[in-house]
Amino acid sequence: MKLRFPPPFLSSRGVRLTGDLVFQAVLAGVAVLSVIGLAVLLLRELVYGSLPAISEFGLGFLTSTEWNPVRGEFGALPFIYGTVVSSLLALAIGVPLSLGIAVYLAEMASPRVRAVLSPVIELLAAIPSVIIGLWGIFVLAPFVREHLAEPLMSYLGFLPLFEGPAYGYSVLTASLVLAIMIIPIISSISREAILAVPRLQLEGALALGATRFEAITGVVLPYARGAIFGAVMLGLGRAIGETMAVTMVIGNSPQLFTSLLHPGYTMAAVIANEFTEATGELYLAALIEIGLVLFAISMVVNVLARAITWRYMRVQGGA
Amino acid sequence: MRWWTGIAIAMLLLLAGCTANTEQKQGGEVQKEITINGAGASFPYPLIAKWSSEYGKLKGVKINYQSIGSGGGIRQTMAKTVDFGASDAPLKEEERSKMPGILHIPETLGAVVVVYNLPGVEEKLRLSGEVIADIYLGRITRWNDPRIAELNPGVELPDEEIVVVHRSDGSGTTFVFSDYLSAVSEDWEKEVGRGKSLSWPLGLGGKGNEGVSGLVKQNPYSIGYVELAYAVQNRLSYALIKNRAGRFVEPSIESVSAAAAGAASSLPRGDESWEGVSIVNAPGEDAYPISSFSYLLVYRELSVIPGMTEAKAKALVDFLWWAVHDGQKYAPELHYAPLPEEVVRLNEETIKLITYQGKPLL
Repeated sequence: MKLRFPPPFLSSRGVRLTGDLVFQAVLAGVAVLSVIGLAVLLLRELVYGSLPAISEFGLGFLTSTEWNPVRGEFGALPFIYGTVVSSLLALAIGVPLSLGIAVYLAEMASPRVRAVLSPVIELLAAIPSVIIGLWGIFVLAPFVREHLAEPLMSYLGFLPLFEGPAYGYSVLTASLVLAIMIIPIISSISREAILAVPRLQLEGALALGATRFEAITGVVLPYARGAIFGAVMLGLGRAIGETMAVTMVIGNSPQLFTSLLHPGYTMAAVIANEFTEATGELYLAALIEIGLVLFAISMVVNVLARAITWRYMRVQGGA
Repeated sequence: MRWWTGIAIAMLLLLAGCTANTEQKQGGEVQKEITINGAGASFPYPLIAKWSSEYGKLKGVKINYQSIGSGGGIRQTMAKTVDFGASDAPLKEEERSKMPGILHIPETLGAVVVVYNLPGVEEKLRLSGEVIADIYLGRITRWNDPRIAELNPGVELPDEEIVVVHRSDGSGTTFVFSDYLSAVSEDWEKEVGRGKSLSWPLGLGGKGNEGVSGLVKQNPYSIGYVELAYAVQNRLSYALIKNRAGRFVEPSIESVSAAAAGAASSLPRGDESWEGVSIVNAPGEDAYPISSFSYLLVYRELSVIPGMTEAKAKALVDFLWWAVHDGQKYAPELHYAPLPEEVVRLNEETIKLITYQGKPLL
């Protein structure tokens, strides 16, 4: 059902109507100017700033692996690769955990447990990323080096994925840190989505003789998949853009790694690392162009997330 | 009226009162107090902050320095949005040509020390530039390599792989380190070169001095490099480096000052190009070879900066004069090396060049 604005019963009172119109106009102006205007200005600034690099390297910028500020050769591939791999790995670790948490809190936990656990998990999202990064340096990286890398190398070392040597500062460590950072977002939105599934759906499945596991995996999760997918995409967006915590543990080495135990580099990290001391037009432009690529990738992820969420929601609406 | 409307109005009034107050205050102080704005390298920040507070007490002039990095400092100086800039590396000709009349004033000295984590080795390690370059090029990969052993007779070196650590963020520290390696190793100069960010042949990158020292502390058999002040304050073990005279020198405030004194005779004038000026591998018995100047960048004709007044220009020149003389006594307590006499003389000549609308200020 659509509401008309202003609702008809207010129209007779002229004073109220003018006020509402002004109010509406102001809010619309703010929304358009701040959101769309900012995005356009940002994009313009990024494109404008990266023009020297675009005209110098063209599309080769995206495929070159050479990053040598001394010689003025710049290629973004190791950073794009590092960002994509570390973010996807973070999803692979974080999504199953988040879904487990969401299902447990929504369907299984007693109200008292839920009341304690939910805010604690959401609190994780409030920890500044530099603090998580410090924890990564002092706790997680040594743990990965001493306890995680050893068994991975000895049992799965035949895979190039787990080749040594392991220093602790690696793509794997960065992905673990990222997973921790995206779990609160994904799990809390998924929990809300699961809670929003009509009880009749679950009860119907149980009445038909489904076990709790079958009812949840066969009925509840598919029903909520649109919103859950949106949550995962939000998490991915956060992982792609995360800077400080990643740069503190990833080892900052621009290479096309095959082993997850080796150091890598991400787009956000190289901008944070090198921008303040970058001199020379081309160097700056190359860093800004990396920002532009990051902006484009984040946009694509978000638009995809929206599109898929909408599609699922419409399917549900029609069903 | 609802209760919250009352509160909102009260808050607004309070806010309005506050802003009116500060405006009055500022309006009154603008007449008396001069604020000088600077921006640039983070390396000299603790020293300049100390100067700012001491000079503020002394003369009532406020020095506002933002440590945004050398790159940012050069950009802001070029855009003339600050009264002075600061950079860890001298300007390249390309940059200098965009800032006609810019002066270099070396205001303090820094050094880079090589730190390591060698469990079981008690003695201080001795290294030479060539060996360090080859470690960072990946040609010396084990601690018991004969070339390291040769420099360290009597030291039992472990048969372990060397874990190489470097800075990941662009920094003056990396510039000095790579400048030194380029000076002593042709291969390094050809393959890697000098710069604030490098294309490293191998190794792990840590962010900042704290990132590098964290990596070195956590990884046994690792080697890295940090600023002298950082290593001293955190009691890291660092290597003695072989200098040009063939002696193994411990990094210290004295040995860094000695390096500057050794190089002083070959320095350009403040208004000349400083590109390529470097005091790494300086001559002198006691000179520590991985040393460098940090520079203040000031326009020779100060009226080119928008908003500059004669009083402000005079205050800036007085501050610079004070910084290279009396200001130097605050350096050692912050682990910076004070400028040697020869460099102070050179700076005096440079500061005397500064004018406002063609009028000398000293």
